[in-house]
Amino acid sequence: MMITYKGNKEISLKINNEIYKVVVKPNETLLNILRDKLELTGPKAGCENGDCGACTVLINDKPFKSCMALAVEMEGNDITTIEGLKKTEIQKAFIDKEGYQCGYCTSGFIVNAYALLDKYKKPNEQQIKEWLNSNLCRCTGYEGIERAVNKVIDNR
Amino acid sequence: MTKSFVGKSIKRNDGLDKISGDQKYLDDLKFGGLLYASILSSPHAHAEILNIDIKEAENSPGVKRVLTGDYHPHAMGLYLGDKPPLAVQKVRYYGEPVAAVIAKSKADAEKAVQKIRVKYKKLNSVSSSRESLKKEAPILHQNLKNYNHIPDVVPQPNSNIANLTKIRKGNYQKAAKEAKYVIKEKFKFPPGDHVAMENRSAVAEIKANGDVQIYSTTQAPFVVKELLAFNFDIPTGKINVIAPPIGGGFGGKAGLQLEGLAYILSKSVGGKPVKIVNKREDDMVSSPGHIGLEANVTITADEQANITGMDLQYYFDAGAYADYAVNVSRAAAISATGPYRVDNLNCDSYCLYTNHPFATAYRGFGHIELAYVIERSIDILAKKIDIDPVKLRLINAISKGDTTPTRSLMDNNTGDLKACINKTAELINWDQGSVVKIDNDKVIARGMGLLWKSPAMPTNTDAGAILTFNNDGSVNLHNSIVEIGQGTKTALRQIVAEKLQMPLNKVHITSEVNTKTGPHDWATAASRSLMMAGRAAINASEDAIQQLKNTAARVLRCPVEDLTVAEQKVFMTDEPNIFIKVRDLCLGYVYENGNAIGGQIIGRGNYIARKLSSMDPKTGEGRPALEWTLGAQAVKIEFNLRNYSYEIKKAASTMDVGKVINPDLARGQVTGAMAMGLSFARSEGFSFNSSNLVQNDTLRDYKILRYGEHPNYYVEFIETPQGDGPFGARGLGEQGVIGMPGALANAISNAVNQEIKELPLIPELIYKNVKEGHNDD
Ligand code: FES
Ligand code: FES
Repeated sequence: MMITYKGNKEISLKINNEIYKVVVKPNETLLNILRDKLELTGPKAGCENGDCGACTVLINDKPFKSCMALAVEMEGNDITTIEGLKKTEIQKAFIDKEGYQCGYCTSGFIVNAYALLDKYKKPNEQQIKEWLNSNLCRCTGYEGIERAVNKVIDNR
Repeated sequence: MTKSFVGKSIKRNDGLDKISGDQKYLDDLKFGGLLYASILSSPHAHAEILNIDIKEAENSPGVKRVLTGDYHPHAMGLYLGDKPPLAVQKVRYYGEPVAAVIAKSKADAEKAVQKIRVKYKKLNSVSSSRESLKKEAPILHQNLKNYNHIPDVVPQPNSNIANLTKIRKGNYQKAAKEAKYVIKEKFKFPPGDHVAMENRSAVAEIKANGDVQIYSTTQAPFVVKELLAFNFDIPTGKINVIAPPIGGGFGGKAGLQLEGLAYILSKSVGGKPVKIVNKREDDMVSSPGHIGLEANVTITADEQANITGMDLQYYFDAGAYADYAVNVSRAAAISATGPYRVDNLNCDSYCLYTNHPFATAYRGFGHIELAYVIERSIDILAKKIDIDPVKLRLINAISKGDTTPTRSLMDNNTGDLKACINKTAELINWDQGSVVKIDNDKVIARGMGLLWKSPAMPTNTDAGAILTFNNDGSVNLHNSIVEIGQGTKTALRQIVAEKLQMPLNKVHITSEVNTKTGPHDWATAASRSLMMAGRAAINASEDAIQQLKNTAARVLRCPVEDLTVAEQKVFMTDEPNIFIKVRDLCLGYVYENGNAIGGQIIGRGNYIARKLSSMDPKTGEGRPALEWTLGAQAVKIEFNLRNYSYEIKKAASTMDVGKVINPDLARGQVTGAMAMGLSFARSEGFSFNSSNLVQNDTLRDYKILRYGEHPNYYVEFIETPQGDGPFGARGLGEQGVIGMPGALANAISNAVNQEIKELPLIPELIYKNVKEGHNDD
């Protein structure tokens, strides 16, 4: 089915277990809405082209690049941003194992890794690689991120 | 008993903010009444602007103003002022900003910018640095002779030479005549991008009283402030530049970036706040990237494998504007030989205009580039002499008592490069062989690359620190180091805690830089922040200690020298039970009857680089380098001889960084840098079509290292103290990139048994180099 919208449309989005009513234009991405209208600035606009993963959020528990989703299509979904994750194991491990430096990629990486560790109790190296290679980090060389994920797995 | 904070892996202070999405970067901040700019950039690499029609754009909804180059047709810059904020008469690279729309919303601005019509006349373009020197090459900057520049930069009008730095040391001609072995090689690689994950942005506002306020993703807020003052004739004190934490810089956010443009945009709409944010594509090509290089290298050696001379021509591809690049080419001359003892040296380091995106500082600042060509050449020389390349490096490694290319002495602070080489060889299991066959298709190959680095900065580079106290006895460290992710702020807290013998959680630090309230600081660049701000923080702590003791001495009625500050108390050294708490002193001491004395404690500290001097224009002689970090790096790869693909299995680094203030953070800096250096060599660099248009200006096509492509890292430090560094520390932020490209290319050359002389090391290029190599034979 093709959805056609013209002009502005009011939609309601469920984000981090809260309902937000927001007026969107048909060409606005979920990332635009989160950052510009809902003050959820944890997800970052690193490329707005699906290449970097800095904008990653969860849509129904699956990681999704929010720059690649149109906001109007998001009604009825359960959306989680980094702001919705509180003191999770992976967040603590990121601090413990130096999983970040500048922090710009960190929201996206944590959200992605959280979903991975939610789906698999003990993901193997190949699975970790397949999931996390959708995100870019320019600062760390990925060692700290790898160690953080492994720490969570080792603690299980 | 004194507590020690220095040398410990203290956790960073910004962890909770960064893992919760709470950390606010510039684009996350809200501003009232903000207008948005969108930029039209050039679709051509070189063209004359015949006409710009802005009428339709001006009438587009929400538009406040449309600007073109003639609004402020003046070239600006830091080292060589050659670039106007918007192109004037000509565009010189693909992506150059041509016009700007200011509108009420981002969407309005973006829509309107597409309605600007520009008529161009295409011109012949210059597609490489060697080509720029040819007689028939168009001169890209006719006005070069009128540009402002610092004295150490030597532009040559009526050519495309933005700078030529010459080094003449010893007698190269004689060395060449007497040499037993000579190698002569050519190398090249293209310019590329930093790819900091945060794109650059700036917000400018001119207040009713004329005060200019700039928010910027900058590594150099004071440089920005001073350059805006100079270029726009504004009293410096009327300008404030605020730098929130930034999402990676790697040199790309030093110098003047979008701030000048943001300022004129705001000015054109009566001073209202205007914001520009780069899209990724703009950040990659419109804003500056890393420099390209073509090089000729000749190295001579004697019977015993001692290097006797080098003859080096570096042709740096600065792109269309060379403001910052001129200093990169100068830095490369200062360190031209790599960390080798070379008594006879000719080096001409050219900074050349081409029609490529322009270059600025990039992690390593000229050193990653020169190290690639030198380290490849050393391996080629080793083959010629038939000596193990690690052994050749050990024989020729620079050490205490030798002189640098500019003839300054490697002093008592010189690190132990030989120890670094040996350690790295051990980490990478060099003794197992540089090429080992695993099956018919695959080999394991190893390669090494050395590094050295000194900061190329103004001779009066400085830093400051101010300590103020809170009524709970805790302290605030005001500093002007930009938080880039490097962790310097944490190290500075450690230094203050150590000096004041105070718990770490009582040392607070400012996270954004504000040029009105913070002490002056040259820039967060050149890996000099910890060294200089660290020294300033030590001074500020000592100043505060002295003041605390002075007040306490009056209350306790004892000589000042009988007192010690520790554990948030000032006590008598020999009778620790007699004390006053810092919190009762730091804002003035109040007697029981209400009388107050002492006043608040404000510790101040500063540091300025010592004994730096300019270089002789004919020979390069001088002392431009503050300190040298030395090191050795290596990789182990698994190479597929059938399809030329490979995996980087192991990467090792040993660097002599002096005292390691925080081992975990130091390791993080080095692994991050190693990844960046490997990525640089493996797959980065712009690809151009025949019209010099960049073909890979997205992160889909411009490949940087991804998770899972990273090697296992082995990192070691040697700690020969830097006598004038804080607690003996020296810089380590950039250095880890420098030796990696050479090490990787050496490993690959070993694997395919052919000399690779280009980058990036993608299978196609390796294949091409191998084919051409065979043709040469
Ligand atoms: S911003 Fe969405 S993937 Fe880069
Ligand atoms: S921490 Fe800076 S990009 Fe990952």
